[in-house]
Amino acid sequence: MDSRRRILDALRAASPPAPGAPDLSGVGVRFDDPVAQLADAIAAVAGRLVRVPDRARLADAVAALAAELGAARVASTVAGVPGDVDLGQVTDAHALDGVGLAVVPGAFAVAENGAVWVPGETLRPRGIFVVAEHLALVVPAGEIVHDMHEAYRRLSFPGPAFGTFIAGPSKTADIEQALVIGAHGARSCTVLLAGA
Amino acid sequence: MTAGHPERAARFAADEARAHWHDQALWFVREKRDRAASLVPDWEQLRDAAAGIRAHARGRLADLLEEFERNAVARGARVHWAADAAEHNAIVHGILSGHGVRRLVKSKSMLTEECGLNEYLEARGIEVVDTDLGERIVQLAHEPPSHIVFPAIHRRREEIGALFHEKLGTPRGLADPKALTEAARGHLRERFLRAEAGLTGVNFAIAETGGVVVCTNEGNADMGTSLPPLHIACMGVEKVLPRLEHLAVMLRLLARSATGQPITSYTSHFHGPAPGGELHVVIVDNGRSRLLADPAVRGALACIRCGACMNTCPVFRRSGGYSYGWVVPGPIGSILAAARDPAAHASLPFASTLCGSCDAVCPVKIDLHGELLAQRRDLAARRLVSPGKRMGMRLLALVLAHRALYEAAGRLLRLALRTLPRGILYARPNVWGRRRELPVPPEESFRDAWRRMREEGRRG
Repeated sequence: MDSRRRILDALRAASPPAPGAPDLSGVGVRFDDPVAQLADAIAAVAGRLVRVPDRARLADAVAALAAELGAARVASTVAGVPGDVDLGQVTDAHALDGVGLAVVPGAFAVAENGAVWVPGETLRPRGIFVVAEHLALVVPAGEIVHDMHEAYRRLSFPGPAFGTFIAGPSKTADIEQALVIGAHGARSCTVLLAGA
Repeated sequence: MTAGHPERAARFAADEARAHWHDQALWFVREKRDRAASLVPDWEQLRDAAAGIRAHARGRLADLLEEFERNAVARGARVHWAADAAEHNAIVHGILSGHGVRRLVKSKSMLTEECGLNEYLEARGIEVVDTDLGERIVQLAHEPPSHIVFPAIHRRREEIGALFHEKLGTPRGLADPKALTEAARGHLRERFLRAEAGLTGVNFAIAETGGVVVCTNEGNADMGTSLPPLHIACMGVEKVLPRLEHLAVMLRLLARSATGQPITSYTSHFHGPAPGGELHVVIVDNGRSRLLADPAVRGALACIRCGACMNTCPVFRRSGGYSYGWVVPGPIGSILAAARDPAAHASLPFASTLCGSCDAVCPVKIDLHGELLAQRRDLAARRLVSPGKRMGMRLLALVLAHRALYEAAGRLLRLALRTLPRGILYARPNVWGRRRELPVPPEESFRDAWRRMREEGRRG
């Protein structure tokens, strides 16, 4: 008998009666001011929120951020935000080692915890968000959900897909509980909330 | 019989300063967890929901895994099944050698620790690099992790500095966590860039969508799965959630319970492979179906590996992860280890005060202290507790069941406490008295006082 069969049979034989799925109507949070809550949450995960009310000024905001971070090379997958790395020529994330700032679009932000949903279609190559030294996520100002329940109601995975919630920069506290920013991935994470 | 938890804990506790520091470090994490939980208005409803999801899934794990497999394969992943650790290791090695892989980067997976994968692959000529900073520290020191979330929590910064000086060539005496982390970043980035495959654990698998979710703060799982084209994800059978909406519940609980963060920095969802790459999911039983069959301990399968039960445990904090002698320590580890091999881990269910602090923080509401107590009964029934303990329990049961005996024993003990010299009272068999003072005996017992007062009352 193959292992698949054996494992499934063993689990079936061992399983207790299953209660129904729990009712999730009682969970969830709502905030009076989701934008203010989002700003607090992003600060709490060691990220930064910058509002760019005029979407036409996005490129300027990114340029200012790159200058502030001392990022010599910028790779952008956001329409209207030019980078100086030609991603059309890059098929593999190895080539992005040493890129100073990656700018990628986020679909929406979660007020509860400061996370931004980044769909994989916009990550070409996929590793751009961790390999670059710094990260900027461009999120439309109207796209803020209250909590993770609302977030997952917006998501579906009908086919092959990668996607990730990003909340602040890469960090670790593995040496004596001391929080250190910039473990492997982005040393900083700026959420650019674009539009009014 | 090999040394049990008390002997190993005594070794850890012998260094009082370190034991105290370890205690404080974990209490600090516990407090962060408390603050995070208190900020969530529906925290208790979330815990109930999470427990309900796990109970629901537990009853139909086989169906859910089949559904997961169907959907994962439809999205381009390949699914493998491993009945035990040996088969798991052979499958992973087979995938790697089939692709000619010599260099593997790993993100944290307690399952591969449980299976002894690193040693297995290294013996077959594959370089295995653990990339979680804490895991890399213990790997360089040739030690197992001592905690499931903070693998190197038992090490002081100076020790890590000395280790990095020796292994990574950092300046002698460098002990600043920021500088040490920076050195590790450079060292590990090199390994990421030249890796030919990445292996991750799985925090959650979703039956409805066929995806696996991996949570990290460092981004090491994302580095390891987006640079090399081959991704192997290893999961226990209990990791599967029925529906996508259940992830919301689990993710709101996980990081808050683990470190006090509202969510991990990266929560990555893998549905099928990267373009041009491969995703292999290895589903592992390795004793889990046996655990599921046992009503007394099956609740432990709900665990989401947040580590909250160990951070709060007064025994874990003062005895260290290694005192448990098993890959997962603390209250949850004691249950899992003793359920797997009662004879080898007979001391672990006793490594608890049964105070229930673990139950109070567990995000999926596992009845940890209840399961530990059930295991004690089971161990006693199997005669796996020491003769001394067994005799003691029998004697206690006898005394507590007979009033006259109980009263006589009380009088005898009060007399002994008053009259016997310290040398006898605190002799070797008095384990309790090694670090504690015995109580000062009252002049008369409550019973005697009650009787006297009633007599006096009657006489008016």
